[in-house]
Amino acid sequence: MANSKKKKLTPVQQEYQELAKTKEPARPVLKNCIRAFVSGGTICLIGQAVQEMFIHWAGFSEKEASNPTVAVMILISVILTSLGVYDRIAQWAGAGTAVPVTGFANSMASAAIEHRGEGLVLGVGGKMFEIAGPVIVFGVVAAFFVGLLHFIFNPGAVGGS
Amino acid sequence: MLKGHQSWVFENRPSIIGRATVVGPFEGQGPLAEDFDIIHGDLRLGQDSWEKAEKALLEEAAKLAIENAGLTQEQINFFVGGDLMNQIISTSFAARTLMIPYIGIFGACSTSMESLAVAANLVDSRSAKFALSSACSHNATAEKQFRYPTEYGSQKPPTAQFTVTGAGASVVAQEGQGPRVTSATIGRVIDMGISDPFNMGAAMAPAAVDTIQAHFRDFQIEPGHYDLIVTGDLSKVGYEIACDLFDKHKVPMHQTEYKDCGMMIYDYGKQKVQAGASGCGCSAVVTYGHLLNRMRNREFNRILVVATGALLSPISYQQGESIPCIAHAVSIESEAVKS
Repeated sequence: MANSKKKKLTPVQQEYQELAKTKEPARPVLKNCIRAFVSGGTICLIGQAVQEMFIHWAGFSEKEASNPTVAVMILISVILTSLGVYDRIAQWAGAGTAVPVTGFANSMASAAIEHRGEGLVLGVGGKMFEIAGPVIVFGVVAAFFVGLLHFIFNPGAVGGS
Repeated sequence: MLKGHQSWVFENRPSIIGRATVVGPFEGQGPLAEDFDIIHGDLRLGQDSWEKAEKALLEEAAKLAIENAGLTQEQINFFVGGDLMNQIISTSFAARTLMIPYIGIFGACSTSMESLAVAANLVDSRSAKFALSSACSHNATAEKQFRYPTEYGSQKPPTAQFTVTGAGASVVAQEGQGPRVTSATIGRVIDMGISDPFNMGAAMAPAAVDTIQAHFRDFQIEPGHYDLIVTGDLSKVGYEIACDLFDKHKVPMHQTEYKDCGMMIYDYGKQKVQAGASGCGCSAVVTYGHLLNRMRNREFNRILVVATGALLSPISYQQGESIPCIAHAVSIESEAVKS
């Protein structure tokens, strides 16, 4: 892919791209990784704390507590998005805020807020999955293939038995 | 009148008799705040959508520029302007309010100087007595159209630029007090194959260099002719590349001061804008606000403003197309300079 793209460029363009590459500040990968680790971990820690609260104070079992925990995390994320804070945290945190469920909630809430002006149906309804849509589509596709492999290599376990 | 291959010389030296700049809160926190006429505290300007806010910015700038020129809307013959939105809605909708005969143009972020060049040409050729030129952009509308929803948490790379929320407008007249628009060079579209929309500075730098070289060739002058040459919105990455290209092409830019509007409007230390600023509004508010104020204070006599534009659309880059770029140069002289 990269090679076929390069072939279409004229020598002048190639020379320029090499020059431009040297001037391009590199993404701070290590710093981003550390920040993502810290922020993602913090979000998960908060999630864990919420789950423990449901278990100890509300009498849920560990399994039952996971659903309300996710709901609380989504709510927090949506509130922070509405207040215009989430995107600022995300510029610092990077993948740390994108990967957990809060990132998914943010992608939907931000799109819904952004397109509110275009109406409830075509704006909010139509554009809400602008960013989250591909995640769902390819998540389902991936799940299908994993299920298929599971069926081929471990047929006995299919059907939840 | 045509000069050389792609330039116009305005022999009647039309003057900018009124100008105005209106910006958003973030620009108001930057180092050039003193030079703007109106700084809004609310990014939405009390409107119910970002698009309406951008239109309101432009309406204010246009009205104030006309007022500063001591004219009324009815006296303006033509309104030349554009913005970054699809179908240039901000400018067209403002033209609906202003009711001035309207020429809508699109040159992405080069629109500020493209509109000034067209307006000056109309006035210089006696096709208009008074022409209004403008350009505007809004951070949130640009983010929404070209990138992600404004509140979406995505991390921007260090090459990314921050779209200026601002509108600049000027009234060009056949005579009157004010800086003179003396010449313009219309740029070619240059595409060096850069396709990363988060690195527009690198995409636009060759277009700026091409237009600046064409300007010197057409007028047979050297950079030293100007006290200052500014590019529109190359920002840190593009500016460095442009400096390298000037060296490589042996353009003696050391004779003059060379700056970039995209590096002037924000404070890199305090404001987190990655590489710098971009947007139609960037070169418009820096030129009509800061630079012409400094010219009025006799700090410069001649400047060349080279607004740079990346002519991409959200669809073109999703389809993997590279980013074609353009730059238009306009030279402005203080009225004290005699031709």
